[in-house]
Amino acid sequence: MSVAIVDYGSGNLHSAAKAFERAAREAGLDQPIRVTSDPAIVAAADRIVLPGVGAFADCRRGLDAVPGMVEALTRTVREGGRPFLGICVGMQLMASRGLEHVTTAGLDWIAGDVKAIVPSDPSLKIPHMGWNNLRQHHPHPLLDGIATGEDGLHAYFVHSYALDVRDPEDLVASVDYGGPVTALVARDNMVGTQFHPEKSQALGLRLIANFMRWRP
Amino acid sequence: MLKVRLIPCLDVKDGRVVKGVQFLDLVDAGDPVEAAKAYDAAGADELCFLDITASHEARGILFDVVRRTAEACFMPLTVGGGVRTVADIRNLLLAGADKVSINTAAVSNPDFVREAAEKFGSQCIVVAIDAKKVSGEGEPDRWEIFTHGGRKATGIDAIAFARQVADLGAGELLLTSMDRDGTKGGYDLALVRAIADAVTVPVIASGGVGNLDHLVDGVREGHASAVLAASIFHFGTHTIGEAKDYMAAAGLMMRRDPQTRV
Repeated sequence: MSVAIVDYGSGNLHSAAKAFERAAREAGLDQPIRVTSDPAIVAAADRIVLPGVGAFADCRRGLDAVPGMVEALTRTVREGGRPFLGICVGMQLMASRGLEHVTTAGLDWIAGDVKAIVPSDPSLKIPHMGWNNLRQHHPHPLLDGIATGEDGLHAYFVHSYALDVRDPEDLVASVDYGGPVTALVARDNMVGTQFHPEKSQALGLRLIANFMRWRP
Repeated sequence: MLKVRLIPCLDVKDGRVVKGVQFLDLVDAGDPVEAAKAYDAAGADELCFLDITASHEARGILFDVVRRTAEACFMPLTVGGGVRTVADIRNLLLAGADKVSINTAAVSNPDFVREAAEKFGSQCIVVAIDAKKVSGEGEPDRWEIFTHGGRKATGIDAIAFARQVADLGAGELLLTSMDRDGTKGGYDLALVRAIADAVTVPVIASGGVGNLDHLVDGVREGHASAVLAASIFHFGTHTIGEAKDYMAAAGLMMRRDPQTRV
């Protein structure tokens, strides 16, 4: 069993890799973690993680710039059913389109657009930055053992844009920030978190361990 | 609901914590990585390293400190001090920093903020603003940006500068009152409020915390999204948990997750 963290020039790969190593160790899972830009290694991995920070268009450009990577992801994840986790902009890239500054095509795995957050209370700051509670809409194995709701654990967010999913079935959890903001999406073998599990202490390590145990 | 962030800050020089950190269970109080682990375990919401290393050669030590901290702490880490180039930012992010704070370079060349935000995203660009009150008694409040540890006046209006760097793409402002820093007299609440109300990005209040009421005031009176303090935590006056309990009792929304295992 192995986990490939896709390196396409975006994201805090070091932090992500260390969090996965720690979660694997604490959960007693023997899953080597590889940070790689090699589509062959990605295609051969048992689990795939797509991180990402920055602007949607830049991240898409970066992903496209790695020869064969989008094809490898489409083949192994979308068609091959391999467990996949997108984090932050890596999650947003799963959408149909990103509307940050310019309109950019996403991977179109989860129907919907990535739009600017417009809180109903104009005094709320943008970016939505900090720790927020998850409000769960559907059960999902990645949230096993994680308390949600106002008395539940917190996840760490930092973003100005959010995925507006077309099919409510894809929305597993949201947070309240002057209205609902998408926090966790899932469809079949694919999951995406707007928050950073690798920065979310107890909640994050548990979610990562759940991902490594997950058999969709 | 989004919670108020409580952020301990560590001054780091040549890879060691300056002023020391007094935790009972700390093996080496001067090691920033040990201090970071203790704050992580205590439930700090973020951590801030301020590098005050003077010599350029010793900067490499900081990257190692950031790398080892990122390996051990799964919470956001902001690193500042001497960040002047895109390469500085890239190196800190690669080492494991989540956000990088820019101070002097943002004053001398505001366009650097735009360049940094475009390259790395606003979410990781913090602009650290050091401001000092320059208006006299009876005059309307006015604050100016100071550099070089508060010694060098720039003539730049603090509120106008805050608006400018936020417009250029800063994702967050770390606002320190040079009048209050180290005094334990509390934040300059009029300053914090003036800046927090002037920008749409989150503002971290810094400088002057001497007791837990000051933290509450920073949010309630100053409208800060996050509060930063150093000495009250380092010297064991209060723990992170005590501070959060106090702030929660005062009616602020705080995160108090148990630090459970996987």
